[in-house]
Amino acid sequence: MDSLVVRLDDTLKGYVLTVQEFAELCAAAFAGAFRRPWYLRDTLYHMDQIGVGSLFIVILTGTFTGMVLALQGAIQLEPYGAVQYISRLISTSVVRELGPVLAALMIAGRVGSGIASELASMQVTEQIDALRAEGTDPIKKLVTPRLVASLIMVPVLTVITNGIALLGGFLIANFYLSIDPYFYWTWAFEALRFHDLIYGLIKPTVFGFIICMVGCYAGLNTAGGTVGVGESTTQAMVTSSILILMTDFFMTKVFVFLG
Amino acid sequence: MIKFTDVCVKFDGRPVLKDFTMEVPTGETLVILGGSGGGKTTMLRLILGLLHPDSGSILVDGQEIVGLPERDMVPIRARMAMVFQGSALFDSLSVRENVGYRLYEEGALSDYAIERLVVLSLCFVGLEDTLEKMPAELSGGMKKRVAIARALACSPKLILYDEPTAGLDPINAHLISELIRRLQKEQHLTQVVVTHDLDTAYRVADRLLMVHRGEKLFDGTVDMLKTADDPRIRTFLSPQEVLATPGCFPAKDGGIRVVTPTMDEESPA
Repeated sequence: MDSLVVRLDDTLKGYVLTVQEFAELCAAAFAGAFRRPWYLRDTLYHMDQIGVGSLFIVILTGTFTGMVLALQGAIQLEPYGAVQYISRLISTSVVRELGPVLAALMIAGRVGSGIASELASMQVTEQIDALRAEGTDPIKKLVTPRLVASLIMVPVLTVITNGIALLGGFLIANFYLSIDPYFYWTWAFEALRFHDLIYGLIKPTVFGFIICMVGCYAGLNTAGGTVGVGESTTQAMVTSSILILMTDFFMTKVFVFLG
Repeated sequence: MIKFTDVCVKFDGRPVLKDFTMEVPTGETLVILGGSGGGKTTMLRLILGLLHPDSGSILVDGQEIVGLPERDMVPIRARMAMVFQGSALFDSLSVRENVGYRLYEEGALSDYAIERLVVLSLCFVGLEDTLEKMPAELSGGMKKRVAIARALACSPKLILYDEPTAGLDPINAHLISELIRRLQKEQHLTQVVVTHDLDTAYRVADRLLMVHRGEKLFDGTVDMLKTADDPRIRTFLSPQEVLATPGCFPAKDGGIRVVTPTMDEESPA
């Protein structure tokens, strides 16, 4: 019984310690953005890696999401004779929910796991220690540029996903459901309110933060050689995906409350 | 230059260094010998401030570094350089960028002056033709030599080596030892070399220190080590003599463990 209590105590302390370390890493990464050196070239490099590198997968995600929404939405709206309003359904669900979440999950798979594995490899090959030995702050050098790049590029990719999803929906609406293009685009934009666009940008910014910081934390806390690299990569992917879905729920709740 | 006083380090409650005291005077090459897991690399990490001890004092150039925040360690680390066991070259940077890394980061010199220092350092290790290569294109021995060039480029007063010859063929191991000796003779640098390679240790050491399970077992010259009669030292120095007898294995305390096979009568043939 005693050993069970001790083990529970250790486990809970472990969770608290993880949260504390994660918070410290986030604070140091943010603080790094306001101190010299700026590592502008590193930031631009990561913006290219995250933004341009993820363009193809978010385009595919957006296209098929829009197309599927149009097909499924048409089935649901047909009994009410409201198929021509399909673009309302597509634009609201994509901009408010599906665009940010699906884009973030795809980017977490590609970018988050990539960050974790790269930093984990650097950790197990002593490159992080070498950076410190060379007088460089590894958080400032490795985490801050990735964080800035994520905070800028994930919202940009989400906007692209949203646009492509509307276009995908249009293809089905126009060629399969024979909905007039003018009607489709007019209702697509009519359905959106200004704060939908604002909320639709806040969400991906938060998701970008989660993807980057979870990946960096997992990578920098790697131990146990090549096995540890694999574990960190998996951990980053799973944790960031769960956090994205959880924070999406809570943010939606807050946004609904705010109106 | 470096002084440890009663330094204790524990990992997960397991003592790695116990009340460890030692001194490295300026200009001396100290070799720290010992088996794997004996606390040798930990000592280098302590000197570099990558790790803080649980108790005790560490002085570098007369300045206490225990408890010093990371930012205050930067000027102290500027006087040191370390050659890591796996070389720890930055994968994404070329040899030129690796060797000149600290100089480029400091930004105090022009690109031309940095380039000159980088080439000079690479000339010292005989790899001036690898300037544009990436670390993945180099052999293990070349990586070690580039790591030494990187250490030299910033003109440190102290160089720390973690197993500089581990995993290298005899020719490359000899070459690395010679480079360490040249730095000792020509530039009078203070050097701390952690190794379990006796050839390297005998070749480069001004003084030897043997660590066993976190404690100092020996401190003296090469000749004194060769004549030491502690069984743990003898086992380390001449394992072929001690362990040649069938049934003899190294014991946890550094001595000899004799295992007598017992036949179980009921065991199947």
